[in-house]
Amino acid sequence: MRRRSIIAGMAGLLAAGCSKVGKSDTGSAILDKAEDWHRRAHRALAGKQALAREYPRSAISPTFRGNGSQTVDTDDYRAQLANGFGDWRLQVRGLVETPLSLSMENIRKLPQRTQVTRHDCVEGWSAIGEWTGPQLSLLLDAAGVKEEANFIIFRCADTYNGGDYYESIDMVDAYHPQTIVAHLLNGEPLPEKNGAPLRMRVERQLGYKHPKYLTAIEAVASLDGIGGGKGGYWEDRSGYQWYAGV
Amino acid sequence: MKRHALSTRIWHWLNLICVVILFMSGLNISNAHRYLYWGAYGFDPADAWLSVVRFPGWATIPGYYNLAAARDWHILMAWPFALGLLFMWVAMLLNGHFWRDLRTSRSEWRPSAMLADIKAHLRLDFEHEGAKFNFLQKLAYGLVLGVFLPLMVFTGMAISPGFEPAAPWLVDMFGGRQSARSIHFLTAWAIFGFFIVHIVLVLLSGPVKQLRDMITGGRDAS
Repeated sequence: MRRRSIIAGMAGLLAAGCSKVGKSDTGSAILDKAEDWHRRAHRALAGKQALAREYPRSAISPTFRGNGSQTVDTDDYRAQLANGFGDWRLQVRGLVETPLSLSMENIRKLPQRTQVTRHDCVEGWSAIGEWTGPQLSLLLDAAGVKEEANFIIFRCADTYNGGDYYESIDMVDAYHPQTIVAHLLNGEPLPEKNGAPLRMRVERQLGYKHPKYLTAIEAVASLDGIGGGKGGYWEDRSGYQWYAGV
Repeated sequence: MKRHALSTRIWHWLNLICVVILFMSGLNISNAHRYLYWGAYGFDPADAWLSVVRFPGWATIPGYYNLAAARDWHILMAWPFALGLLFMWVAMLLNGHFWRDLRTSRSEWRPSAMLADIKAHLRLDFEHEGAKFNFLQKLAYGLVLGVFLPLMVFTGMAISPGFEPAAPWLVDMFGGRQSARSIHFLTAWAIFGFFIVHIVLVLLSGPVKQLRDMITGGRDAS
């Protein structure tokens, strides 16, 4: 029993030490660097345009798990849901030549991409679904993104634990062919729990980078001053990695 | 000649730090979704082949449930762990450690020879003339260096969605992303098992000398 408590004590000391280092400025700077190395290594090894795996339709999971926000708790959203999102608008704004305001009808009429991909949650589970929607690059080109834009911000209708959900990606992922604004899951309009009527798919990153209930796409030069400044709801709130490819 | 080459000693202690932090932060990550699946996908506990226990705070990094911080440590230590292993393999192949000390010969695989070796171990008789390691040691170190540690690196890469486009065949080789995740978990515990046996045997075979030799290099008996 004594030996066991010594081992537990040593492990506890290490855990406490690591917790302390992780909270220090130097410590967190090193931890951020490691995330950056992974992003660079991934892009150096796979290339910026390499595709995430696409599966045959037979590989689709029997259900697609809903996680995090599973609805938007506002009267406006419930009214929209009831009328089939006839009044839903998607703004494309920020550092663009021509800001856009698109209806669901506009989005459905654009050239579509359909992809059967695997969704990997940061917690560890995976689900496979077929997503359909226009490529984000199409919307960005239609709006004319300015030179000085470095990031794309996604604004969402939902709040989670009292905070506005938002996310961001860099221009490499924004122009990746599999980055789409999905409105269909397995050939049907997105279910409420999966982000109806619109959600992002950023296939080479973990699930929290694929925001649901999308209302606006914003081109910006820097992430400073947006939300908590770390580039996303989970990044601000819980210190999650901004690059979620690991 | 030194009993342990400088490269071996540096790697041994660096690897210890990496493995301990990776293992403990890994237990924290495991707490985020305590179910393991086979195949490409899995999210329903009803489909899990294993429901994992919740690991207590004293065993995890950090010492309380925090997936983001645990992933920070895991992602950081993956680099020195993987690069260190690559360094060790290059060093072992160049300095002859692998060919001379770790490679097993056909005669060692004879059941009678294996049995004799097991019996000697049970008698706590660790003498072995000529060679640095006996058969069981070669097998254990060979498995750890050649199979378990590389498996951790490769299954780790396979469960990383950003890396998958670089080598989708790697994910197939493990039977899908969730299979790779299961193998990552199982191999971590295989390494833990080795760690325990390794420490017990060091304690039984002169821990002070063993520790000193792994720091200073010691002197080769032959």
